[in-house]
Formats: sequence, C-alpha cells, structure tokens
Amino acid sequence: MDLIVQFSNVHKFFDGHEALKNINLAFNKGETTVILGPSGSGKSTLLRCINLLETPERGTLAIGDIIVDLSKPISKKERLAIRQNTAMVFQSFNLFPHMKVLQNVMEGPVTVLKEERAAAMEKGKRLLTKVGLSHKMDSYPSQLSGGQQQRVAIARALAMEPKFLLFDEPTSALDPELEGEVLKVLKDLSEEGKSMIIVTHNLSFAKEVADRILFLENGEVLFDGETKKFFDNKENDRIQSFIQSMQFI
Amino acid sequence: MSREMEIAIESFWPILKAGLAVTIPLSLLSFAIAMVIAVITALARMSNVSILRYVFGLYVWIFRGTPLLVQLFIVFFGLPNIGIVLDAWTASIITFSLNTGAYASESIRASILAIPKGQWEAAESLGMTYWQVLRRVIAPQTIRISLPPVTNDFIDLVKGTSLVASITLADMFMIGQQITARTYEPLLIYSLVAAIYLLFITVLTFVQGRLEKYASKYI
Ligand SMILES: Nc1ncnc2c1ncn2[C@@H]1O[C@H](COP(=O)(O)OP(=O)(O)OP(=O)(O)O)[C@@H](O)[C@H]1O
Ligand SMILES: [Mg+2]
Repeated sequence: MDLIVQFSNVHKFFDGHEALKNINLAFNKGETTVILGPSGSGKSTLLRCINLLETPERGTLAIGDIIVDLSKPISKKERLAIRQNTAMVFQSFNLFPHMKVLQNVMEGPVTVLKEERAAAMEKGKRLLTKVGLSHKMDSYPSQLSGGQQQRVAIARALAMEPKFLLFDEPTSALDPELEGEVLKVLKDLSEEGKSMIIVTHNLSFAKEVADRILFLENGEVLFDGETKKFFDNKENDRIQSFIQSMQFI
Repeated sequence: MSREMEIAIESFWPILKAGLAVTIPLSLLSFAIAMVIAVITALARMSNVSILRYVFGLYVWIFRGTPLLVQLFIVFFGLPNIGIVLDAWTASIITFSLNTGAYASESIRASILAIPKGQWEAAESLGMTYWQVLRRVIAPQTIRISLPPVTNDFIDLVKGTSLVASITLADMFMIGQQITARTYEPLLIYSLVAAIYLLFITVLTFVQGRLEKYASKYI
C-alpha cells in the first residue's frame, strides 16, 4: 500500500502540557482508521496536526512527497500544500452560514482550486446527490437539520478531492436519529475505498467500519492495529476497561 | 401668523441648506475614510505582527482617550505652529476620519471576534489563504454583525460635526447661532437645529434597518 501520511517523532505542547508525546505513525491510502480514546487523550489534536490546524513543535510530518520539518517555521506554501491533500469535517459542521448549500460545496473548488464555476457546480450537485441532499442545494445552512448540515459538510470536503478525509467526532453534536444518516454516508465512503481518519466515540460504528484502530491515552498511542484485534483484546486492561465503560453509554 | 412661526419658517431653509452643504458631505466623506481606517486598524490589531498591533493600538488609545473638540483644535489651531496649515474643511475631515476610525475599528474588531473560530478553521482547512478567508468567509459575516455598532459610530459622527462651528465652518449649528444672535430666539432656533439633526439620524436609522434586513437573510 502507498504510504501517504507519516508522523515521525511528533510532539505537540499546549502551554507546557504535552498533548502528543513522540508520535510515530503512518496512515495508508484506502484505509479507514478510527481513533479512539478517553476525553483529553489527544485525538482531536492528532487529527488537527495532520492538516496543520495545530502546529506541532517537534518532529516531521510527511504527506506524499511533501515533508515538513516541524521544528522550523512552516512557510505558507508548505501549509497550503499540506492542506490541499486533506479535508476536514468538524463536530460543529462549520458550514459558511452566508452561503447557500451548493455555494458551500463549490467554495473550495472555485476559490482554492480555481476550477471553472460551471464544472464546480456540476461536481457540487453530484456530491449533494450522493449525500442525499440535492433538493436542499438552494437552502441556507440555517434551514437544515444538524444531520443534513453535516452531510453538506461532507460533500464540501469531498469536493476538494483530498487524498485524506479527516473527521473529528462528526456525529457527536447530533441526536441519535440523525446520527444514522451521517454514519451511513461515512460507511459508503469507506466502502468506496476512500482514505479516512475518523475520531468517534461510537464503538459499534468503529467496529463495523474501521480497518484499523488507534487507541490514544495521555497523548500516546496505546494500540495501533486491526479492528478485530482491538475488540478481541485480552491482554491490555486499559483497553478492555475503556471498551467496557463505553458499552453503558 | 405669530412672530415665532415666521422666524421658524424663515430659518428652516438656511439651516437645512447648511446641513446639505456641510453636515451631510462632511459626515459622508469622513465616514467613508473612517471605514477604511477602521478595517485596516481592526486587522492590524489582530495581526500576529506585534509592531502593527502596538502602533495601531496607540492610535486607538489616543483618539478614544481625548475629546473630539480638543482634537479638532489641535489639528486646526495647533498644527500651524509646526508649519502645517489646514483649511477648516481639511482639518475637520482629518479629525473626524481619525476619530470615527478609532471607534469603528473597535466595533469591527469585536464583530470579527464574534465569528466562531470554526469558520476560520473550516476555511483554512479548505486551503484558503488568510486574505481568501477574510474576503470570502469573514467579511460577509462581519458586515452583518457590525451594522448596529458601526451605525452607532456613524450617528455619533453626524452629531459630532456640530463642533466644526467652533473652527469657522458654517454648518447647521453655526447658522443657528447666527440666526439666534439676530432674532434672540435661542429656544426656537436651537430646537429647530435639533429637529433637523433628528431628521437626518432618522433617515440613517431607517437605512440601517433595511441594510440589516438584507444582510440577515441567511439567518
Ligand atoms: N487549544 C488548546 N489550548 C490548550 N490546551 C489544549 C488545546 N487543545 C487541546 N488542549 C489540551 O490537549 C489535550 C488533548 O486535547 P484533545 O482535544 O486533543 O483531546 P480529545 O482526545 O480530542 O478529547 P475529547 O474526546 O474530549 O474531544 C487536553 O489535555 C486538552 O486540554
Ligand atoms: Mg476531541
């Protein structure tokens, strides 16, 4: 498998607190990785370091042939190059409220990728159809339900044709009835072979969709391996108690 | 017709004319310049270049911390001492632009800060540059949020222009003073001046309402 995202000896500090401790990881193309771990363990931080929304202080980050030495100041060009390879879906959707749904999806292709408006519009409509929202393309985000907004956000991310899709708790702000519609879209994408990294607290979803599980605690990777091995784990007490504690939610 | 009535009718047009010739153009021109200054100042004060933050912070500190009338006197009567002689119009425009710019920069800065951080993050994660984020995502939302406070700054400016009477500009207030000196009807004439200001501000408030409605159509 081609290697795409690689962390080497990455450290991230927040005011002296070490949120990521010497991370060495590779994320592969076509894989769906789910990141699990208790609150505050550094899941979001790890995900946000991939597209440099957070900038680690030490280590190297490589995406494809872009290699960034994090201990040096990162140029705007490097930052943009890294970001062109990834797209992020947020817990709070973060759609642009002043743009209609279709404009939201077209914004990246037109403004960043400099695609023709007509082509971007075609693509936008196709992606909205894919997430089941073509009938909402002329609505404003405020007129949509949370689940619909998150599906638009997924279409917006897909429109950038990123090598990697990043999801930070994409369903945590949603009612259970709305969660399903978003998880279904994620599952479809995973089955298409998209490269995805998903932070979630939904264990049954992780079990069903993930090719690989990362388990974080205190800024360290405690488990990195196949999904089945994670859930069948008998040796690691910490992981077992985590899985148990999640089962009563 | 009573004498008061006659004076009021006679005075109305000269005062309004001064409003159309001085108060309104002075307000509009100063406000336009002030908005440019305000946007630059707001961005500079949020930039990560510390010298920019410091210099523009100093500017806001000085212009908000001193009385407008004193600023006007320094520019018009004071600067000639160091060889800068400005006519009353130029001195007024400079002073009002800088003064309103300082206040409005705070209104705009507060509005930008009111936009959720997630908007920046979403735009940046699409790969937008700082200026693209500002233009495409932040500016349209800032306009909506800053309409009420910036209109407030504008209203203060319009009323503040009455101070130019003290540096020889024949605005509504000065014309009012002249008529009062002739007719000895201060209550009548100054009330008339006040009413015309109120009329101007009322129009402004109406425009604000329309703009707000338009800018909020996505809410
Ligand atoms: N912007 C920040 N400033 C200061 N500390 C931060 C910041 N972001 C995260 N942290 C700290 O870094 C650690 C890891 O946070 P992170 O948000 O990555 O956790 P998480 O695993 O995503 O948790 P959750 O499941 O609650 O979302 C926490 O101790 C957190 O307090
Ligand atoms: Mg998190």
